[in-house]
Amino acid sequence: MAVRPDLVARTAPVVVRARWLHGVLEREGAFSWIMLAPGVLFLLAFVAYPFFYGIWLSLQDRPVAKPGVFIGLGNFVTLAHDGVFWQVTRNTFVYTIVTTVLKLLGGLAMALVINQHFRGRSLVRAFLLLPFIVPTILSTVAWMWIFDPTFSVINWVLVNAGVVSGGFSWLGNKTLAMVSIIIVNTWRGIPFYGITLLAGLQTISPDLYEAAAIDGATVRQRFLYVTLPIIKPILIIVTMFSVIFTFSDFQIVYALTHGGPANATQVFVTYAFDLGMSGGQLGMGAAAALAMLPALAVMIVALTLYLRRQS
Amino acid sequence: MIDGRGWGSRILRIYLPVLGFLVLMLFPFYWMLIASIKPNRELYNARIMPMIVYQPTLKHYYDLFADTNFLLWTYNTMLVAVITTAISLILGAMVAYPLARMNFPGAAIVAIGVAATYLVPQPLLFIPMADIINKLELGNTLSAVMLTYPTLLIPFCSWLLMGYFKSVPRELEEAARIDGASRFQAMWRVVLPLTTPGLLSAGIFAFTLAQNEFLYALIFLAKSEVRTVPVGAITELIRGDVFYWGQLMAAALLGSIPVAVIYSFFVDYYVAGLTAGSVKS
Repeated sequence: MAVRPDLVARTAPVVVRARWLHGVLEREGAFSWIMLAPGVLFLLAFVAYPFFYGIWLSLQDRPVAKPGVFIGLGNFVTLAHDGVFWQVTRNTFVYTIVTTVLKLLGGLAMALVINQHFRGRSLVRAFLLLPFIVPTILSTVAWMWIFDPTFSVINWVLVNAGVVSGGFSWLGNKTLAMVSIIIVNTWRGIPFYGITLLAGLQTISPDLYEAAAIDGATVRQRFLYVTLPIIKPILIIVTMFSVIFTFSDFQIVYALTHGGPANATQVFVTYAFDLGMSGGQLGMGAAAALAMLPALAVMIVALTLYLRRQS
Repeated sequence: MIDGRGWGSRILRIYLPVLGFLVLMLFPFYWMLIASIKPNRELYNARIMPMIVYQPTLKHYYDLFADTNFLLWTYNTMLVAVITTAISLILGAMVAYPLARMNFPGAAIVAIGVAATYLVPQPLLFIPMADIINKLELGNTLSAVMLTYPTLLIPFCSWLLMGYFKSVPRELEEAARIDGASRFQAMWRVVLPLTTPGLLSAGIFAFTLAQNEFLYALIFLAKSEVRTVPVGAITELIRGDVFYWGQLMAAALLGSIPVAVIYSFFVDYYVAGLTAGSVKS
């Protein structure tokens, strides 16, 4: 039978190429890098590049839609001489530290409560996580109404309970505005701590508690010497995550107070937003955002190392 | 378990604290709901008891649909969330798989890089990103957020999936390889089916994160037709000093429902995703 030469000539290279490709894909290194390439290139282009471009921007006087002028550390010097910048730094630390302590205590309490046996426990757990899953801006809208100067339900309760004669201006008073954003951040964060810590508590074997009880340990001793050591790694990781994201929070502050009144609740990100976006000073805004970097870098490096050690 | 089995003790130890937490955590949602169905004369009356609704109305919902682009915002939010979740899940899995199961030069650096990008918060990047999006002429397009959301989601998905991919025993994969499966087939036919729960966790988590995103959407989407629900509500239902409270609450409630419904179907996967990042199995 005659073989049609053109057919052979056309298919042979395809087979060779397919085999070659197959051979390459079987090599571990080649297969790995082909799989990694799209994701890694994407992250390089849209995380690494903007990050370094941000550093470059922070060294320029760069109004929006105009070419930038290199001014070295000029933006940082200007910020360092601005009282608002230091107020922003203080606000951010107060906001982060106070909410973290409250979320940690509240979350631990929540975890211990739900870790007991009772009917409907998984349903309760599902409902308690709602503040964390609902889009932050939308739940903050409800809080804006709760804190409304005239129609605040908190004021209504306080006045009707006879605690105060007139209501508070929650978002208009400098101290109370800070208290308000702390309340909302804590409210949203407690379930995150609570549910993650609960998962940690559930890894503890009941035998350990029974052994401790037989040895005559009190409830407090059981908590300190059995519970706490076992959930410590989770406690540390959850706290560090939460600190990083609270330190760089934007949504709650932007929606509730816009950083006001008179910068009393201005934090790094809302400040950078005001300078860079509302004010159109991209260079100054980038510098204000980068001012977060030293503190963040310490936490990010610590957490990255800790996570790698754990795994 | 050990002490106090009586009812009194159970109420004090369990039901009272549980009730307390439920009230604290859910009150804002109750407040959202009743404010959205109160007529204005009840909403703006400081003298009456505000905890209940006397004459419920759907007027705010009607106004929300009639006067704003709320339906369009919902469509935009969904579209962006679905597409970015799909992109992030695929690229995230492709990054996680070799990191979890292969030995190759450069693996350690990539792993640290992914962890670092996961932790670098978006606020460090938004100003340079705004300039980049401007230069790409993507302002006021959904592409702008579809391109930027995966920067938040890919590192998270890879991170989560690495744990799941590691948990599949090597022997299973090796057996398939001996039977003549290629590396790709071993992944596709053996490892991926066994890690479906992980893919679901990552997907649901990524979806809620995408729905929650606000900063990029606020910066990139300045036209009403391209806005997402959070940005639309905040920018168009608050005009200067005027707050359209009823409509705001209706928008907040309706905007929360899709996430809440999906979450309710997959609570366990969501919790698994939440804890996998911090709890090592």
